[in-house]
Amino acid sequence: MAVEAGVLVLARTQEDAPSAATRELLSLARRLCEQAGGAVTAFLPEAGDDAIANELIRQGADTVLTAEEGTTCDDEVLTRCLAQITAQTHPAAILLVHDSVGADVAPRLAVRLGAGVATDCIAIAPHDDRLVALRPCYGGKLLSEISARKPPLLATVRRGSQEIAAPDVTRRGSIGKIALVPADYTARKRVVKNDTRGSEADLESARIVIAGGRGLEAEEGFRMLEELAELLGAAVGASRVACDLGWYPHTRQIGLTGRVVSPELYLAVGISGASQHMVGCAGAKTIVAVNRDPEAFIFKAARYGIVGDCREIVPALIENLKTARPAT
Amino acid sequence: MHIVVLVKQIPDPDAPASAIQVNEDQRGFRVATTVKSLISPFDEQALEAALRIRDAAGPAGASVKITAMSLGRESAREVLKHALAMGADDAVLLCDGAFDGGDSFTTALALSKAMAKLEPFDLIIAGRQAADFDFGLVGVGLAELLGLPAITMAKSVEVDGRTVRVERALAEGFEMVESDLPVLVTVSNELGSPRYPSLRQMMRAGRKPIAVWTAADLGLPADSVGAAAARTDIERFIRPRFDVQCDFINGDSAQEIAATLLARLRDARIL
Repeated sequence: MAVEAGVLVLARTQEDAPSAATRELLSLARRLCEQAGGAVTAFLPEAGDDAIANELIRQGADTVLTAEEGTTCDDEVLTRCLAQITAQTHPAAILLVHDSVGADVAPRLAVRLGAGVATDCIAIAPHDDRLVALRPCYGGKLLSEISARKPPLLATVRRGSQEIAAPDVTRRGSIGKIALVPADYTARKRVVKNDTRGSEADLESARIVIAGGRGLEAEEGFRMLEELAELLGAAVGASRVACDLGWYPHTRQIGLTGRVVSPELYLAVGISGASQHMVGCAGAKTIVAVNRDPEAFIFKAARYGIVGDCREIVPALIENLKTARPAT
Repeated sequence: MHIVVLVKQIPDPDAPASAIQVNEDQRGFRVATTVKSLISPFDEQALEAALRIRDAAGPAGASVKITAMSLGRESAREVLKHALAMGADDAVLLCDGAFDGGDSFTTALALSKAMAKLEPFDLIIAGRQAADFDFGLVGVGLAELLGLPAITMAKSVEVDGRTVRVERALAEGFEMVESDLPVLVTVSNELGSPRYPSLRQMMRAGRKPIAVWTAADLGLPADSVGAAAARTDIERFIRPRFDVQCDFINGDSAQEIAATLLARLRDARIL
């Protein structure tokens, strides 16, 4: 029986390069292996030249397994592949990004491997002889530390929660192939329409994010935020309440069940700061809150606060920025 | 058609953080008695999705049977009564001291055995995650145990003959996915508001029987579920801290406040 060591990472790409979240996973995997030993294996379920695999190696992988041929691969195929690689490499941890793919694959893989699983983790570290994952629960009102009774620990990791290490161009590793789709496999799900715009990582990569909530009082409030965003070079998001009210697209929802942002500046306008929302902006360096209610929870997390009507404050900010900026 | 909806009883997710106290040994936590126990909101929307399928079937809706199932303590009868009041036909409670201390795996295992007793079924609908632990594992884990496909994060669920068509709400946009029944679907908040039962429906639901099944009824030895069979341990709970001191910016006018804020942000080199 092999002793479990090392880390297996499900690697994903965005625009022909490892996604930022994948770089986070590899950075975390590297740190874990430096502390506890073992090698980092990255599974890249996309066929491509070795350029991406080499980037994964520079980011921390020792071995990259890529797909033999380019096929769309669903949760069931990914589960099979990861289970197969786990049986060969006996990792102490298996890391996936906490996104729609990770959330679909992790529960299946955990059942198949008999592994303990923790989702939406913000930290993973060795403690005594085991790995412990830190994750929020109760919509961020509590944090919990979870361990697996026996290795491997399977974890989905929140985007933006891990520091990305500088790629090391001198790192060397091996690249192998894995048969992605077994001969006997027939997909049980069919994607009949896809409305996803792959390049919309603007919220996650924005230096400044402005988010609006119920306090805007109407859909028009978001036009105001968009104007302010234009002046600041910011991206606009919304609270779940605002999205459920139909004021802003659900794809722009920030929070536990939406997108997670970690900008330098997060301007929360008319958002009370329910813990489910705060999960989505906990990584922000500085939070500025505008809210009519001085008791609003958002002020507990904010560095600067304005108690007032956002429909007066936001236009004043716009006016100030317009006059400060020379007309072109 | 038989639809099984999975529901969980949880403390009100909108309760203030101050209502949750971590125990001395950090192994557990207490929720203030003032906090109501509710059906997890995503599960309520899962039930709504099932009811909409029945509504959409028109007169044929009479042949759509909806069973609500929960694993929990005796108090979970309340969420099943709520499900019955909303329109579920039957309710099943998996309740046994042996289930205590379990994790998402042992819960999915017990549910999988219960599904075998509920056969034939065509569709299982669950919330995308329970709004207490926020794991999001039981639904898809159950699909894996039953060998079913799973379509997650549904905004809408339509059934056409033996085909289910699900619009998924993803962070990147929307996606339409089809699969043949039987299948497991999890729903997200984009599905929209669940219906609210009338007083009469609530009264009538209160008189409906709720089937209670123990581990033995499911053919599960006590040591195959609950704390004995969990695959994870919760080592401790921690109360998150906010160490931020908020500077409130005051002024006589919105213009003055806006100018002060922007100046502060520039001074701090944030802008």
